[in-house]
Amino acid sequence: MTDTTANGAAGSQPDSGPMLAADGTPLKVSLARALRRQKLRALMLIAPLLLFIVITFLAPIGDMLFRSVENNIVPETLPRTVVALEQWDPESGEAPGEAVFEALQADLLIAAEKKIHTRLGSRLNYETPGISSLFRKSGRRVDDMEQGPYKPQFLKIDEDWGDVEIWRTIKRYSGAYTAGYFLASVDMEYGADGPQLKPEDERIYLTLLWRTILLSTVITVSCILLGYPVAFLLANLPLRTSNVLMILVLLPFWTSLLVRTSSWIVLLQQQGVINDTLVTLGLVGDGGRLELMHNEVGTIVAMTHILLPFMILPLYSVMKTISPSYVRAAKSLGANDWTAFWRIYFPNTVPGIGAGAVLVFILAIGYYITPELVGGTSGIFISNRIAYHISSSLNWGLAAALGVVLLALILVFYWLYDRIVGVDNVKFGG
Amino acid sequence: MSGLQPYSSPAQVAWYYGFRLICALIFIFLILPILVIIPLSFNASDFFTFTKEMLALDPDGYSLKHYNDFFTNSDWQTALANSVRIAPMATLLSTALGTLAAIGLSQSHVPFRGAIMAALISPMIVPLIISAAGMYFFYSRIGLQGTYWGVVLAHAALGTPFVIITVTATLVGFDRSLVRAAASLGANPVRTFVKVQMPLILPGVISGGLFAFVTSFDEVVVVLFVGSASQKTLPWQMFTGLREQISPTILAVATVMVTVSILLLTTLEILRRRSERIRGLSPG
Repeated sequence: MTDTTANGAAGSQPDSGPMLAADGTPLKVSLARALRRQKLRALMLIAPLLLFIVITFLAPIGDMLFRSVENNIVPETLPRTVVALEQWDPESGEAPGEAVFEALQADLLIAAEKKIHTRLGSRLNYETPGISSLFRKSGRRVDDMEQGPYKPQFLKIDEDWGDVEIWRTIKRYSGAYTAGYFLASVDMEYGADGPQLKPEDERIYLTLLWRTILLSTVITVSCILLGYPVAFLLANLPLRTSNVLMILVLLPFWTSLLVRTSSWIVLLQQQGVINDTLVTLGLVGDGGRLELMHNEVGTIVAMTHILLPFMILPLYSVMKTISPSYVRAAKSLGANDWTAFWRIYFPNTVPGIGAGAVLVFILAIGYYITPELVGGTSGIFISNRIAYHISSSLNWGLAAALGVVLLALILVFYWLYDRIVGVDNVKFGG
Repeated sequence: MSGLQPYSSPAQVAWYYGFRLICALIFIFLILPILVIIPLSFNASDFFTFTKEMLALDPDGYSLKHYNDFFTNSDWQTALANSVRIAPMATLLSTALGTLAAIGLSQSHVPFRGAIMAALISPMIVPLIISAAGMYFFYSRIGLQGTYWGVVLAHAALGTPFVIITVTATLVGFDRSLVRAAASLGANPVRTFVKVQMPLILPGVISGGLFAFVTSFDEVVVVLFVGSASQKTLPWQMFTGLREQISPTILAVATVMVTVSILLLTTLEILRRRSERIRGLSPG
């Protein structure tokens, strides 16, 4: 390759040293520079969006995840008490001594002035119910305290200040970080000897998580069962017919989620279209109208309908690529219709099923709107609980911890999806 | 497999029709819920179900009063105006940024391609409630919560993955030698992009933009958290309407929105056919 002298007329240059580019730099250097420039150009094109996503999306997510372990409120509101409590041994079975109460009086005085003691109270109330009112009451009266031993004065305000359990909670949550929210999100609590599961009848989050997974699985399986025949039909009909039928799949896909949810409310409610039809036909009595909404049935039916296109479209695009000659070959070798389908055609569609199933499952597990509107109490998902903790109970740490659990679950399936289909190969609308 | 042959056995004939019947039922399941709200939106009474008059096709059973309510009620009109103000801006942002990034990502040498792609696609994967919660906390800190731009930025972030995916798919079929040809004829990179590359990938860009538009126009969860009452959008109004005071006006709004989605679908179908024709993929 370096032999430029083969052409005699151009052979003025002696054949030694590296090959040079037109401007005299060695070709290797020049190529490396070009490659670097190309990489830089690609990155320059990507950079604006990457920056945008990092600021508007990834930073908020990270910020929220951080909230699931953050616990600054205790050390910030009660700095002196936290230090004084270090000397106290919860195993002693007695409330801490005068030194801690003196620190508590100083901290509470400042906190009550800034009116932040109630916030701390409600924070600790998540862990031990009753603390909130204790702090509110003491914050009101701390101003009137006299000089001198503070412990008896606090005990006079409320006997609970002598309760070891209260002090155990304050000491446990005196660090700037806590695993408490995560324990709560999987129904655990600090017991006498380390973390333990809550009593069986108080395990709401594990139940909810399990229900979310179970309902999402049911929805995914229904989507496979309903989507497979339709995709098969679409892939095997002549293009002209299948294009028309495809509209019936794409129209729901493009219709607003809320429109579809409201039509399911119209159909499913007690005075709704389905019940009315059944009553008119005499299949059920007017008193025996079916409970189709505000339970699991409503969530499953409505979400299967909403997510079905996400199953049909990947299945269809996989089935489109399967050559019909495979099945013909199988039949010519003596296979009957069923064998040809089950042994030849079906195995070829498994990647499509996998792609569709993971996509539907990922989408289903994080759903919020539809379960909220048609799910009642027994058909809601973990997302609804997260929303509840953010907007109603204001237990943001727990909401964040539940979010981390949900996100971890999704990432596992996303990784699976990436392995099966690759993120780059996602396609919409056929 | 698909056709019915003269020599097919009775079982095969039965299966052929049986299978079509099953498929017909599934198609009905897909489309009926959307169609059923259209006649109901013309209901003269305030019920969510067919009245006797409607079933008898009595003209008195039908009316336009719910549409009238939608077009005169200030709540609905504000919501519509907000949606119309927010969605196009979010679409513009995500389409512009997304198209540039997709072109960058489709170059042959991109360092950390996998990681970058994962980061850019993440708004599509992360459940909306988590995005909404994170944005609510973070945007409150930087003073964007409850502002027009807060909602626009949030929606733009949610829309970009769709733009990237559709534009990347279009770029797969793009012939790179055309860029080189343009450059060899003396066009600078900007001119090459505007005159050669852009017209060819335009169908992909437009359908990506439509996806971004629908994402924003249809989005409830994030706007519920990031927006305040003055950013109330159409889906937000529908959501509260469905949850609190169920009024049949929702059905009229839903019908209007179904019409909009039919228009969108038609546009996309035309674009897809055009793009396939340009790339020589289909004979039509």
